[in-house]
Amino acid sequence: MKLDSKIPDGPLAEKWYKHKFNLKLVNPANKRKYDIIVVGTGLAGASAAASLAELGYNVKAFCFQDSPRRAHSIAAQGGINAAKNYQNDGDSVFRLFYDTIKGGDFRAREANVYRLAEVSVNIIDQCVAQGVPFAREYGGLLSNRSFGGSQVSRTFYAAGQTGQQLLLGAYSALSRQIASGKVQMFTRTEMLDVVVIDGKARGIVTRNLVTGKIESHSAHAVLLCTGGYSNVFFLSTNAMGSNVTAAWRAHKKGAFFGNPCFTQIHPTCIPVSGEHQSKLTLMSESLRNDGRVWVPKDPSDKRRPQDIPEHDRDYFLERKYPSFGNLVPRDIASRSAKEVCDQGRGVGASGLAVYLDFADAIKRDGKKKIEERYGNLFDMYQQITGENPYETPMRIYPAVHYTMGGLWVDYNLMTTVPGLYALGEANFSDHGANRLGASALMQGLADGYFVIPYTIGDYLAGMAPTKIGTDHPEFKKAEEDVKAQINKLLNINGKKTVDQFHKEMGKIMWDYCGMARNAEGLKFAKKRIQEIREEFWNNIKVTGTNEELNITLEKALRVADFLELGELMIDDAAHREESCGGHFREEYQTPEGEAERNDEKFAYVAAWEYKGANQAEVLHKEELVFENVKLTKRSYK
Amino acid sequence: MKITLKVWRQKNAQDKGKLVTYQLNDVSPDMSFLEMFDVLNEELLLKGEDPIAFDHDCREGICGACSMFINGKPHGPLQTTTCQLHMRSFKDGDTIVVEPWRAKPFPVLKDLIVDRSAFDRIMQAGGYISVNTGVTVDANEIPIPKSIADEAFSAATCIGCGACVAACKNASAMLFVSAKVSQLALLPQGQAERKRRVQKMVAQMDAEGFGACTNTGACEAECPKHISITNIARLNREYLTAKVASEEMIEDEIAA
Repeated sequence: MKLDSKIPDGPLAEKWYKHKFNLKLVNPANKRKYDIIVVGTGLAGASAAASLAELGYNVKAFCFQDSPRRAHSIAAQGGINAAKNYQNDGDSVFRLFYDTIKGGDFRAREANVYRLAEVSVNIIDQCVAQGVPFAREYGGLLSNRSFGGSQVSRTFYAAGQTGQQLLLGAYSALSRQIASGKVQMFTRTEMLDVVVIDGKARGIVTRNLVTGKIESHSAHAVLLCTGGYSNVFFLSTNAMGSNVTAAWRAHKKGAFFGNPCFTQIHPTCIPVSGEHQSKLTLMSESLRNDGRVWVPKDPSDKRRPQDIPEHDRDYFLERKYPSFGNLVPRDIASRSAKEVCDQGRGVGASGLAVYLDFADAIKRDGKKKIEERYGNLFDMYQQITGENPYETPMRIYPAVHYTMGGLWVDYNLMTTVPGLYALGEANFSDHGANRLGASALMQGLADGYFVIPYTIGDYLAGMAPTKIGTDHPEFKKAEEDVKAQINKLLNINGKKTVDQFHKEMGKIMWDYCGMARNAEGLKFAKKRIQEIREEFWNNIKVTGTNEELNITLEKALRVADFLELGELMIDDAAHREESCGGHFREEYQTPEGEAERNDEKFAYVAAWEYKGANQAEVLHKEELVFENVKLTKRSYK
Repeated sequence: MKITLKVWRQKNAQDKGKLVTYQLNDVSPDMSFLEMFDVLNEELLLKGEDPIAFDHDCREGICGACSMFINGKPHGPLQTTTCQLHMRSFKDGDTIVVEPWRAKPFPVLKDLIVDRSAFDRIMQAGGYISVNTGVTVDANEIPIPKSIADEAFSAATCIGCGACVAACKNASAMLFVSAKVSQLALLPQGQAERKRRVQKMVAQMDAEGFGACTNTGACEAECPKHISITNIARLNREYLTAKVASEEMIEDEIAA
């Protein structure tokens, strides 16, 4: 099978405009004859479900949480980028496009990224119309701040709770459509399989998380808006429930997985406090606007941070990257923190932390101003660590935060399975090998509000609105497969818990497929993941039955999929013999320790095809063509 | 730290339920309250017992999923979410009683998990601005004074956890409803549906079986997001104005 990205012809700035005209339309009276399934209700899912229902389609939306309002987009803190140029500081659609392509270390598609930058301005208009209370200036106009990887101020925000406010906006639009009857909402429901009939995605199989009931839902198209898979590392900033199951099961039904090894390690998280740690907490990147990152120059310097004089401190980001300073992109900031910790200069009890210091900003702007900007973040830090960041510098360390990889999609957001789409973090498309801050919210909403409503019509217009009943043999077979897997898990009755397996796998992934990777380590990790998976299926202990609210069973089903995904991530990381963005292969670095790309050999998207249990996946390459930007060495010096 | 836990166990919605005592001997003060439950659940699992079911997700205090009633207070002794409560807030040797939210419109599903879908239905009744995707008005064409925007934002930070209901002796949802009504009544974008919204949301709140406000203020005192009771005053004003001066006949719609 040849990958066709369906990128429209013509100049970059006209592609989307022309494409929209060329897409087929479903006439208003016919839209009500089509059913669309949306899995996940985060920014991408909620915005897609609401927008499609507004157009007249019948939508069934699913989430595993008790309410669509709790999807993990809610936890995004810092902001959302848009090329409004309200600050008159030289921003433009092209600059946002360029920053994003460069930030992604030239491993994303030009056309997709340009479209993203183009619709970014509409997103802000849309959200304001919904009543999203963005931060404002005294004149009543919208306020902006700067973010990593950019030299303009284009980030819109609502204190440190931007994701919450945007998601509640999308949730309100979704609620309106639920009330109108155009969206049927299924909460506490987990998707466990995609049903493909005659080569097209025609529905899903779900488990009701309260009653355990396995059910089928039929539709004309299925949208996966199910987020990322950072929890493969066990410890990450993702919510406890975030999982890869929907995307992975789709992968096993024929959807290629794009760039699975591209994971983002966020530089500013609260360090691990002990064995009991269940997840990591992010401190917004916006803190790097005013906080200065440093460690003591001397590894043996154990003084309290406030007692260490200026000349004994190493502000390593400012020293290494004078033009971007503390605002270098995330991958670079994370790696630099790892580097100083590896040199033994890390701080705190574990030595795995660096300082993020606000003393200068407080001196310059006053405590009140800093409190206004970051109050809730400072409170959160104090609640978790018991330390007051107004008085003593924060301690931060990198943590897994976002996955740029995901299901491969074409320009229309369709996966390699016709009728199956992937939106938001669940797809691989716009961030290349590294995502810039405040771009995840932008992409989720771009896909849901402004891309899928256009592109899905082109697909549906080409198919008859005939419905397929859930008594079709393919639905029955998928249900039986799901039930068989559940029964298997319930009957192993082994000696180890799901969390034990999950932690074991997570540590292997973090140590060998995390911030720095090498061929030997990856080889070892692959073997270990296979062993852990083998043991999982022989020694897992899942109590209770299927026909009840069973939290252990829920977790076991998710971890089973992580154990398969983990191996693919390792394969992907091993095959990509270059360093780019968040993917740092120790063998490929410049003498100064910067990532060394290999554009000759690796300027492509790696799209992996599933070939069956315990069989090697097949690599397909989508060559990336750069017509509008010059591939340069990404420098933030 | 040594901690004795008395936890509400209830197999399902039909079960009567009871408090069960658990002894934990090695609790770290740096653990979050939920991490203590993780540790306990691992122990229970290894013994072949059913782990305690509780709602939780982001563990950053923003998704609103976690909902434990700890020693008679929603989310425990601090004014924060359960996930942001750490064991350093307790003393070695403490006995802690943990129950689900207690309110008729929030029926228990299992152990500490309750059904809060009533909140979603209230939002569906009117907690939105009716605007389809694709507006073309530039965002900066609607200037909003900073003080108004800030006040609307404060109200909008509600996480929908239900602590206000759990804290209230009448299981009133007024703080939750007033937060959304306030946000949208304060903003210029929310004016067109202002009267209709407040009536529909209040009608749905009543239909769900939430009680009346007593002005005791327990909701505000326990709200992890510090939503102010001023919003309830605003809700009452909005409701009265809408009822007295309503330009739209919406009673039929509400009844339907």
